[in-house]
Amino acid sequence: MNMMDYTGVSVFIEQRDGEVQKVSLELLGEGRRLADKLNTKLIAILLGHNVANIAQELVYYGADEVILAEDAMLDKYVTEPYTKVFTSIITEIKPEIVLMGATAIGRDLAPRVSARVYTGLTADCTTLEIDEETKNLLMTRPAFGGNIMATIICPEHRPQMSTVRPGVMLVGERDTERKGSIIKHQAQLDASDMNVEILEVVKETKKKVKIEDANVLISGGRGLGKKESFEGLELLAKELSGLVAGSRAAVDAGWIDRDFQVGQTGKTVRPGLYIACGISGAIQHVAGMEESEFIVAINKNATAPIFEFADLGIVGDVNKVIPALIEELKSKK
Amino acid sequence: MNFKLSQEHIMLQKMYREFAENEVKPLAEEVDEKEEFPVETVKKLAKYGWLGIPIPKAYGGAGGDNIAYAMAVEELSKVCATTGVIVSAHTSLCAAPILEFGTQKQKEKYLPPLAKGEKLGAFGLTEANAGTDASAQQTVAVLDGDEYVLDGSKIFITNAGYADIYIIMAMTDKTQGTRGISAFIVEAGTPGFTIGKKEAKMGIKGSSTCELIFENCRIPKENLLGKEGKGFGIAMKTLDGGRIGIAAQALGIAQGAIDVTVSYVKERKQFGKTLSYFQNTQFQLAEMAAKTEASRLLVYKAADFKDKNIPYSNEAAIAKLFASATAMEVTTKAVQLHGGYGYTREYPVERMMRDAKITEIYEGTSEVQKMVIAANLLK
Amino acid sequence: MKIVVCIKQVPDTTEVRLDPKTGTLIREGVPSIINPDDKSGLEAALQLKDEFGAHVTVLTMGPQQAEAALREALAMGADRAILLTDRAFAGSDTWATSCTLAAAIKNLEYDLIIAGRQAIDGDTAQVGPQIAEHLNLPQVSYVEDLKYDGSSFILKRVFEDGYHLVKVGKPCLITTLKEMNEPRYMSVMGIFDAYREKQIEVWNLKDITVERSYLGLEGSPTKVKKSFTKGAKTAGKVFEVDHKEAAKIIVDKLKEKYII
Repeated sequence: MNMMDYTGVSVFIEQRDGEVQKVSLELLGEGRRLADKLNTKLIAILLGHNVANIAQELVYYGADEVILAEDAMLDKYVTEPYTKVFTSIITEIKPEIVLMGATAIGRDLAPRVSARVYTGLTADCTTLEIDEETKNLLMTRPAFGGNIMATIICPEHRPQMSTVRPGVMLVGERDTERKGSIIKHQAQLDASDMNVEILEVVKETKKKVKIEDANVLISGGRGLGKKESFEGLELLAKELSGLVAGSRAAVDAGWIDRDFQVGQTGKTVRPGLYIACGISGAIQHVAGMEESEFIVAINKNATAPIFEFADLGIVGDVNKVIPALIEELKSKK
Repeated sequence: MNFKLSQEHIMLQKMYREFAENEVKPLAEEVDEKEEFPVETVKKLAKYGWLGIPIPKAYGGAGGDNIAYAMAVEELSKVCATTGVIVSAHTSLCAAPILEFGTQKQKEKYLPPLAKGEKLGAFGLTEANAGTDASAQQTVAVLDGDEYVLDGSKIFITNAGYADIYIIMAMTDKTQGTRGISAFIVEAGTPGFTIGKKEAKMGIKGSSTCELIFENCRIPKENLLGKEGKGFGIAMKTLDGGRIGIAAQALGIAQGAIDVTVSYVKERKQFGKTLSYFQNTQFQLAEMAAKTEASRLLVYKAADFKDKNIPYSNEAAIAKLFASATAMEVTTKAVQLHGGYGYTREYPVERMMRDAKITEIYEGTSEVQKMVIAANLLK
Repeated sequence: MKIVVCIKQVPDTTEVRLDPKTGTLIREGVPSIINPDDKSGLEAALQLKDEFGAHVTVLTMGPQQAEAALREALAMGADRAILLTDRAFAGSDTWATSCTLAAAIKNLEYDLIIAGRQAIDGDTAQVGPQIAEHLNLPQVSYVEDLKYDGSSFILKRVFEDGYHLVKVGKPCLITTLKEMNEPRYMSVMGIFDAYREKQIEVWNLKDITVERSYLGLEGSPTKVKKSFTKGAKTAGKVFEVDHKEAAKIIVDKLKEKYII
């Protein structure tokens, strides 16, 4: 492998049913920043079936080039067809960096690709930087359940591959004046590549707003005591136009659905306001919300670690404070 | 002398604790409040082999030792003394005597379902007029052709109504005193055998404690356990083993009380400090811990002697005497350390205190244990 | 049917604390457990054993103490346990780990390989798919349900917004989610069997055939440049007041920050 042959930052554009996933736009934003630092181009790689209409948008979001591979076998995500096509593309264009969203798709595709091309992959990166001297990608990620951070490098293999969690990077500017080229890539697939048969595709019936998109989150933990206490949080969320979320303890207790779990094993959120109710503030939870702009914590235990992360802390019975807060908000309207 | 737990015991303890924490503890309060026998829990215990721990594999048991068994009762009792005694009575008072005194046929017939928990066991010795004076049996068993006919009643029988197999003591020869008592295996549903009054108790409220009534109850003569006239000896030996179980239950209750109290005193603040800061709290807990650890060693030693076929009657009596007194003392102190909250049902310590008392009474009162210990000393 | 389940012994990261004074991790006294996603995978394998009489082998790459995890798996009902251990494997990243495990698996017969989706210490979710690549097997990750119809596996493969029901033939590799099932407890007899009847086989480098340059710290394409604990944020103000006062303080502050 001649490392010098590898140039360019590439981003895997994840689409589902023709809809680009937000994380891919976030990665274009980040990719643009890295490409500018390296003085190189940003390439978006889009796989799918009848998705050509997306390509131009990707240019507006920062891509210099969009490589488009379309095939009926790429309609729904199956590991082998996607791995085969993606690998053939990056083998051809030899990017120095490949970014993918750390989603249920990215975390299936990235490791398979990295093993096929024999390179290093770093998962769930929260920060990406270019090393001044070596120009290597510095990939920082949480480890040990979120208790420590590690900066990883892939010095002797290319491309340097990295997956990034949704909600961590910022979506780039959408600029309709931007110019870029759209290149078609012929997918070389045959029937034997479809080694997994899709019998049924089911979309989640409930239409939920994702907590990652909310600007205000009212989050409940073990300190609430019981499932019914979440009703109080719903009322508060209504007052503040926010959503209700929960800690892992609340999810494990069955008080709230896993989709609303904030934390290391849940979602990373960075709302403008995060109100932690009855949450002790274990590192694993804090990891998922500490980037919130303003954190209010309510807990009956004065020594709860959450108070070290909160911008405003209240020591008290959360089940009393919440109703009082709702009243105060109503009166101040 | 090895005071360390073996790898097996450590792994068992881990499993026991996980199970107790996840499956038994969440129900403990309700079991006590509703005085409800935890049927579903018993099924789960059966599934994982808790009901045949010291029963040999050949009879469907786990083939374990008595320390493994005592630890199981201990870990259950930490979170729910009711569940602990269900396992103890079933194992020590029903399965054990069949294993020790049964014929090959009886063992093959009764042990596998007991060990697998398909059937639950119980033991009936106590009568209205025969408590500590156990030999004053009035229930009779008369041989009539191929059957014994039982008449009489038993009271305060643990697992009654839920058990399928009962070990029952009855007089086969009134002229012989204790040498006229025999042991029988009686199955639930036998005509003439009914469950009478259920006791409303101070503690272990989920445990089913009832009267047993025998009226012209005919059982096959093959159901005689051991020989005629040997029943009292069988009962006494059975109770020796049962005492290890109850001592383990008392041990568990004490430890459980200490555990919740330690959590509480680290949280509760008065005078600007957590209770754990104050020396009184520390000293009380130290005493509680020391006595509980002493109980533990006594229980495990008695279990170990039983495993090694060393006479253990004295050791079992000492263990039960000491562990039950400790449980009573520790739980009382635990309530005190909780203050007012400890007196409410919101915290588990008041239940633990109510549960502890019975360990000084059943399967031989503490007074009986002293009789055993003194007799051993003064022989 | 022959199943190989890859498990990892991990520290229970939910129990790990930061020392408030030094900011470093307190690792002592943290219990070791079978990684939750792996445990559910093992449970799935044991259910196939219950239903179809499958033979279940558990495999782990780790230091000597990983033996405890294997013992637990045996106590749950696994038939065979292999500890893959050697100094040469130390410092492996996911590439090196997956190469090592794949090489070991090549010595075994299998219709199905199960790995947990991700470990709670590494959190990468990479080893499973990489093993599948080294062994050239179809992979299905994020499996939440598994059925066997006599010849193929019918799997529920979840995504954030729904799931696919897929069918895949033997042999294949799947990665499982802990949401898939409630793993069984060890049974009393299972524990005795694990210590009295069953063995843990220990395999070293010499017992597998693998490209040496792929292994350990040296063979890992990714390297750790540095690791650090996240600095504690500077704390804001904490108030211990009654609930009405608390409500006022919160609202005033939110207004001050233009949040409302």
